[in-house]
Amino acid sequence: MKLEFAVYRYNPDVDTKPYMQDYSLEVADGTDMMVLDALIKLKELDPTLVFRRSCREGVCGSDGVNMNGKNGLACITPISTFKGKKLEIRPLPGMPVVRDLVVDLTQFYKQYEKIKPYLINDEKMPAREHLQSPEQRAHLDGLYECIMCACCSTACPSFWWNPDKFIGPSGLLHAYRFLIDSRDTATEERLSELDDAYSVFRCHGIMNCVDVCPKGLNPTKAIGHIKSMLLKRAV
Amino acid sequence: MGMVTNAASFGRSGVHDFILLRASAVILACYTIFMVGFIACSSPLTYDVWHGLFSALPMKVFTLLALVALLVHAWIGVWQVLTDYVKCTSLRGVLQFTFVVTVFCYLAAGIVIVWGV
Repeated sequence: MKLEFAVYRYNPDVDTKPYMQDYSLEVADGTDMMVLDALIKLKELDPTLVFRRSCREGVCGSDGVNMNGKNGLACITPISTFKGKKLEIRPLPGMPVVRDLVVDLTQFYKQYEKIKPYLINDEKMPAREHLQSPEQRAHLDGLYECIMCACCSTACPSFWWNPDKFIGPSGLLHAYRFLIDSRDTATEERLSELDDAYSVFRCHGIMNCVDVCPKGLNPTKAIGHIKSMLLKRAV
Repeated sequence: MGMVTNAASFGRSGVHDFILLRASAVILACYTIFMVGFIACSSPLTYDVWHGLFSALPMKVFTLLALVALLVHAWIGVWQVLTDYVKCTSLRGVLQFTFVVTVFCYLAAGIVIVWGV
């Protein structure tokens, strides 16, 4: 069985512009593997091919790439998903390419920084720990699992057009994670920071983020909750 | 870092724009449904029927309300689209100006026409 690939190649030191390079792998009939395994095999054939990977099991979020037009983690996407069709692998869209499949995520992290991704609590420190009831803790489910692979934000047109102003689905998921945390006392300040025409409200709910999230999370829903909180504060 | 504000938008904040956009959309939807319903239900649609409709004060107010809603809705909507796609600030300013002036003209013309009936 022959697996066909077209991989986005760009080395700014050598290439004047990016190009797609065809590769093929000969594998035993009926074998399946993850896209990352295939990339590693391709790198054995062509050591100049560059991509990021670390845990290779969908936990670290390093190997977010665009596969046949859809963002996802190469390490947990089986080749069989593409039903024998030629697989086009491109870097995450909209971000500056460092080399081949490696993108510069500085802008993505800057947006994450903006939402102050840490607990703010100005009450007296408890002797041992901040306690939460199981119900309060349950609010964090579906939010804390984000591994920041950037698949969602780089699938979002609002983030493509305004990556410096729109927080993006990933950052907003984290923003809501702290807004809803019973131990955080900075809700009001956090909301004030978000109440402009771009940070939250550039989300028009097209749900590309939900479609691509490899962890099955729902940033659109979290953004909806933030909008409701802002709305309640305003009316 | 901190809040991103913009003077060319309509509302005072993101949430203000959000509310105005939806409120104006409700008015425009009501007006559209009413007009489609009226045209569908009044056949033949003669000059007298049409004139009668727009002679009523509530209809004049409703029409002007819809035109104001259009102004607000278009102002915010066009600003959102332009800030997404037009990255050259001076060009975006000119386009935004043109759109807003156009909708103001619609509003002015609307007031004159409706009051002339």
